[in-house]
Amino acid sequence: MPADTHKLIIIGSGPAGLTAAIYASRAALDPLLLEGEPSSTTDQPGGALMTTTEVENFPGFPEGIMGPDLMLNFKAQAERFGAELRMEKATKVDLSARPFQIWVGDPDAAEPTYRAEAVIISTGARPVMLGLPGEQELVGHGVSTCATCDGFFFRDHDIAVVGGGDSAVEEALFLTKFARSVTIVHRRDELRASKIMQERALANEKVQFAWNSVVDAIEGDGTLRNVKLRDVLTDEIRDLPVTGLFVAIGHVPNTDVFKGQVAMDAGGFVITSPDGTLTDVEGVFACGDVQDTVYRQAITAAGSGCMAAIDAERWLEAQD
Amino acid sequence: MANGVETLTSSTFDETVVSSDLPVLVDFWAEWCGPCKAIAPILEEIADEHGERVRIAKINVDEHPDIARRFDVMSIPTLILFKEGTAEARLVGAKGKNQLVQEISAHL
Repeated sequence: MPADTHKLIIIGSGPAGLTAAIYASRAALDPLLLEGEPSSTTDQPGGALMTTTEVENFPGFPEGIMGPDLMLNFKAQAERFGAELRMEKATKVDLSARPFQIWVGDPDAAEPTYRAEAVIISTGARPVMLGLPGEQELVGHGVSTCATCDGFFFRDHDIAVVGGGDSAVEEALFLTKFARSVTIVHRRDELRASKIMQERALANEKVQFAWNSVVDAIEGDGTLRNVKLRDVLTDEIRDLPVTGLFVAIGHVPNTDVFKGQVAMDAGGFVITSPDGTLTDVEGVFACGDVQDTVYRQAITAAGSGCMAAIDAERWLEAQD
Repeated sequence: MANGVETLTSSTFDETVVSSDLPVLVDFWAEWCGPCKAIAPILEEIADEHGERVRIAKINVDEHPDIARRFDVMSIPTLILFKEGTAEARLVGAKGKNQLVQEISAHL
């Protein structure tokens, strides 16, 4: 089967990819957007906002908007201008020669699924897990990767959230709607989250804090029963009997498929030009959380998606 | 032939999974679960394409929490494959179509 050739393919469908699709389709580049496949992490069609609830800081929505609804709006707007969206995940790419080649499905197929003159990488990032023994086995049995999906099952339970940033505090506050108590386990003695989120957490009676603490072990057979916390100052170990554990300690970029193809930093984030979205491969651009180690907001992702579409449009024009 | 996804309730659950000649794959879901919504159309497709091998049904955990509790569902979407009423396999979390078909097929 000969590969399907496009002028521009956008890989990833969060705020960055969908904004790039809006701009690129209005520029008559007929972009194809590979949305990714369903998952219970942020690596899914629509991206990180699909597993959040209320988004209060996206301009234009003074009363706030639900994350999944916001992404449906993004998608509708991209489709309105003719962007083609497919619920497919790139399993292999070859960016070493133009046109670029992209595989979906079987990565060992002789022929790529698609060819593209230009590519925008907007695959985002996914949460880091703790990497402790037993953690994977207990996913779905107390260890959760999606607070909005699973909070319901912890009505009147004692649970814990690991992390001190905005995501951790947002999850903790959301989970207080269900849980009897939510302990925020954080390795420092103060939160990194924005002031408004900190104030809400500190004022919430159901929220407790385990400062200067990290999770040392996860215990439970069949379902989670207990986590062992280690005090980072004294090395003391103590039990925190919880039946739910939500981890929000940071993100890793979804760049496995691009390894060795574009320049990345030590953390796997794609390196882009200081004032734009150019990667070290001519014709390949990157935007959103996949290249952002600083801001990581929906609005900055959307902004860089717009930049990537404009950069790609100009580059394509210069090729003709 | 289009088979579609059957909707189960607390009162039809046992009858359906026990009396079925075919294995039944039950999707535990809820309205507020984004990943559940993402896999709903995929399950419809699987029901249509593999209807001769497996029946696909869904149960809303919000409306029928007793069934979710009985099978220790603590995360959704969870898919449980029942053979003659016995839970044979459990898939936790949303996945793409190919992977779902592969994981389900392994138990059919």
